[in-house]
Amino acid sequence: MALEITAARPDPALLDLPWRVPLEEWPEDILAALPRGISRHVVRFVRLSGRVLAVKEIKADLARREYELLRNLNRLGMPCVEPFAVISGRVGADGRELDACLVTRHLQFSLPYRALYSQTLRKGTATRLIDALAVLLVRLHLAGFWWGDVSLSNTLFRRDAGAFAAYLVDAETGELRQRLSDGQREHDLDIARINIAGELMDLEAGGLLQEDRDPVAVSERIMTRYRELWGELTGPELIDDGERWRVEDRMRRLNALGFDVDELEITTDLDGTSIRIQPKVVDAGHHSRRLLRLTGLDVRENQARRLLNDLDAFTAGTGRQGEDEEIVAHEWLTRIYEPVTRRVPRGLVAKLEPAELFHEVLEHRWYLAERARHDIPIEEAIDDYVASVLPGKPDEQSVLGVDTRELPVIAGPNAQP
Amino acid sequence: MATVKFDQATRIYPGNDTPSVDRLDIDVADGEFLVLVGPSGCGKSTSLRMLAGLEEVNDGKIWIGDRDVTDLSPKDRDVAMVFQNYALYPHMTVADNMGFALKIAGVDKGEIRKRVQEAAGILDLTDYLERKPKALSGGQRQRVAMGRAIVRSPQVFLMDEPLSNLDAKLRVQTRTQIASLQRRLGVTTVYVTHDQIEAMTMGDRIALLKDGILQQCATPREMYDRPNNVFVAGFIGSPAMNLVSVPVTEDGVQFGSHRLHVDRSLLGSSGNEVIVGMRPEDVEVTTNEDGLELIVDVVEELGADAYVYATPANPDIRLEGVGDDALAKPFIARVDGRRVPDKGSKIFVYPNPDHMHVFNKESGARLG
Repeated sequence: MALEITAARPDPALLDLPWRVPLEEWPEDILAALPRGISRHVVRFVRLSGRVLAVKEIKADLARREYELLRNLNRLGMPCVEPFAVISGRVGADGRELDACLVTRHLQFSLPYRALYSQTLRKGTATRLIDALAVLLVRLHLAGFWWGDVSLSNTLFRRDAGAFAAYLVDAETGELRQRLSDGQREHDLDIARINIAGELMDLEAGGLLQEDRDPVAVSERIMTRYRELWGELTGPELIDDGERWRVEDRMRRLNALGFDVDELEITTDLDGTSIRIQPKVVDAGHHSRRLLRLTGLDVRENQARRLLNDLDAFTAGTGRQGEDEEIVAHEWLTRIYEPVTRRVPRGLVAKLEPAELFHEVLEHRWYLAERARHDIPIEEAIDDYVASVLPGKPDEQSVLGVDTRELPVIAGPNAQP
Repeated sequence: MATVKFDQATRIYPGNDTPSVDRLDIDVADGEFLVLVGPSGCGKSTSLRMLAGLEEVNDGKIWIGDRDVTDLSPKDRDVAMVFQNYALYPHMTVADNMGFALKIAGVDKGEIRKRVQEAAGILDLTDYLERKPKALSGGQRQRVAMGRAIVRSPQVFLMDEPLSNLDAKLRVQTRTQIASLQRRLGVTTVYVTHDQIEAMTMGDRIALLKDGILQQCATPREMYDRPNNVFVAGFIGSPAMNLVSVPVTEDGVQFGSHRLHVDRSLLGSSGNEVIVGMRPEDVEVTTNEDGLELIVDVVEELGADAYVYATPANPDIRLEGVGDDALAKPFIARVDGRRVPDKGSKIFVYPNPDHMHVFNKESGARLG
């Protein structure tokens, strides 16, 4: 059987990887990191043409299915890993057929939840992770994606101005539908809750859960957060004919949650005394789209919110409220944002992404100002931050780890003790 | 104690004209192991999900016991999807791995311990309850995962292709484990697979679907011996049944040069041709020029028996079948391993009249 590579933009260097060797036995020198823990499937990270790729060994039909699903999710603009290739038709040196491999790009500056727990955590990390997962699940459900195996393990997290943004990494059990039924959404939510509780209980049993909070109580948060958000984004609202301002109010509430309304259904009842409004199409990324339009910066939602706030402060501080927003934004970019992010020495750039660094510097300036009881110039804040805070942070550009660290129930022949 | 009843249950996906599941009627007895089987897109998974509450029912009803669950949410149906997630947590003991979902559901500690103990007894895991999953063999880990579903003591177990990502050897092992466990537990189970061998070996009864329509629901033996139609005949059994279109005569059918007697009353309205089916083990093979003439392509020796793969000498004779490559479908006969014809030689075949199947050429329905 011939080796077959399916990829949108194939990289010839892919051919250099040892596809005739079972993934479990790949030599250490080509791995970007040593495997940590055990996954449901064999997963390894390799460095290829300057990027890090995750390789998962899985049956060919499942690999192709997941590859297509991830491509479709990417097309829909969903936060998920980017599929890179499927390698099938693998034959071992002994002539035995080997399973196919699904290759995805490693998401830079992303963190598996277990890596987050191995750092000294800020209070409330568990709940912030769950909040991020709730947003991801709502977005996926709005797009018609039925996940089937929602868990912290199947998600990667990126820092987002002190909060987190969640990305789907494992779509093996998923299906893309036109629309999900309530039963399907509830099923995902139920699975999410059980998996999250299990994952946190496991951390607790392993002495890794630093927060003194009941895993069951934390896991309940996925239900409440999800339902709140889903209700706000999709629920109908009855308003009195005299309260039309509430239509505008609803839009603002959705914007504040980071969503834009692309289509709002407005119906009046027969006698015209009340109006029913219901968002039909909503789109995440309200703030990040606005920042992108103004500055060309492509960052996450909360980072964008933070940067936009700083831009507003800059506009007010320089008395330019009446001017064209784009022009002021350009000036803010060249006078404030870029100088700050460029002040990081080369040796420290792998610690944090520029937008997250900017957020941290703003936080740092606030602490300095509070201590000094007067305003601190941004230049001073960045210098102090780079000297005293940044060097102590871990490198987060490529934190690798097998994303699912649970033991496989379905053990291959090599795994039999 | 729960029966399951699909009562004219229908699912039409938005934007589709034809139902994905069309007026499905199945009664599953309490404690029965029912397998839904069929080619991809036949509606088997959709049917299971309708039962689970994951797919809307557009028409008809679904009953669990004496409760109409058609409009109930998945949680309120008291069913468990097994193998939804088969990961085990490494830091937790086997007992905790089995019982943690009950803790979430608010079941009290004493009750959790009791149910875990019971499940462990059934699964032969009693001595391992305080160990970590790492210390278990692959087979034991699978049993722990099953334990997770068992401790919930649902009325019905639902399984959707649970073996699909296992290699062939593990699949056979796990298949046997699931079937024997189900028999010990006696919990009503609905199991979905595309693999007819899995269906035949596991199910008390099999429901075979095609294009959303139930073709037959019967025991494996009945499906094998009395298939309702040509589709069932071709789908169930491995190697598949041989199906040949042959002319109808005054008192039966003409099978090559061999005349087979078939009661005229059965053939009454079936036109000039019918489809005659015979399993490979029900083929009479002779070198006397009696029957349908075939050229031997391949002989597969199995020791006691051998399978002969042959093609009709007359290219106008086509073999019917449901395989992907119906055109190249060979005729298969099982013969005595000590009397095997040579490759390339000519043989003549006709069905054993006691075990032949006759189907209407147009409708595919069984005659008699």
